[in-house]
Amino acid sequence: MAKYLSIVERAYHGTLEEQDDTILWISHMVKKAGPDVTVLLRANAVNYAVAGQDASGLTFGKAALSVPPTLDRDVEELIKAGVAVCVVREDLADRGIESGELVGGVTPIGRREVAGLFDQNDQVWHW
Amino acid sequence: MASGKTLTISVMDPPYESATTTTVLRVMDAALRKGHNVNVFAYEGAVALPLRTQVPHPNPIKGTTAEEQHHPITSAFISALFEAAAASGAKLDWVNCGMCVDERGATEWVDGVRRGGPGDFAKFAQESTNTVVIGTR
Repeated sequence: MAKYLSIVERAYHGTLEEQDDTILWISHMVKKAGPDVTVLLRANAVNYAVAGQDASGLTFGKAALSVPPTLDRDVEELIKAGVAVCVVREDLADRGIESGELVGGVTPIGRREVAGLFDQNDQVWHW
Repeated sequence: MASGKTLTISVMDPPYESATTTTVLRVMDAALRKGHNVNVFAYEGAVALPLRTQVPHPNPIKGTTAEEQHHPITSAFISALFEAAAASGAKLDWVNCGMCVDERGATEWVDGVRRGGPGDFAKFAQESTNTVVIGTR
């Protein structure tokens, strides 16, 4: 079985309009197609794993975004689907995020462990 | 009630790829609610924001239909902002860069959007209280 590592670094780009993160979404779809997928959240994207996000309330004139993105729940669904989700521990610390704030099932790893993660996969997709 | 002030915004990013497009729509909404006139010069990929051919899609990850998902389309938001402008008495003028439109074949827009060029942007800036330029990154 092919193993792919998907690295998500740019965060909150188009997530309100898309109602999700496009790379989390395509990673989930690729997993459904068969391959083993690991997602690594780094830089600002580590915030995707923080539980309890609320992006509701957006309106333009009388048009409302009635179904906002729920990125923390999307991360949980990825994990339920069998996708390993890792976050860079130092990137959490740089942003004052404690591991206890993360959704369950996310694996913090150190920056020095990232190269090893590359070696464990057949391809690395750095979006 | 119209304030008599005018804000010009230049935006470059296409829909669904950046937070800047949502920010632009939010700034427009806030300005129009205060009665300010708003000019928009859509440059490069931003000319796709008001495309009338946009269609909501379902989400196969969540198993939702397009209706259940209420998938947003930016052109509908822009139409709502034209309606908000009319209700507030302010003016919304949206110009799509004509050459940017042509090279993308992005020619079908919601009502209110018009074709123009950099000369319109220059005129907008000269006639406005201030101009916000939001480039692509």
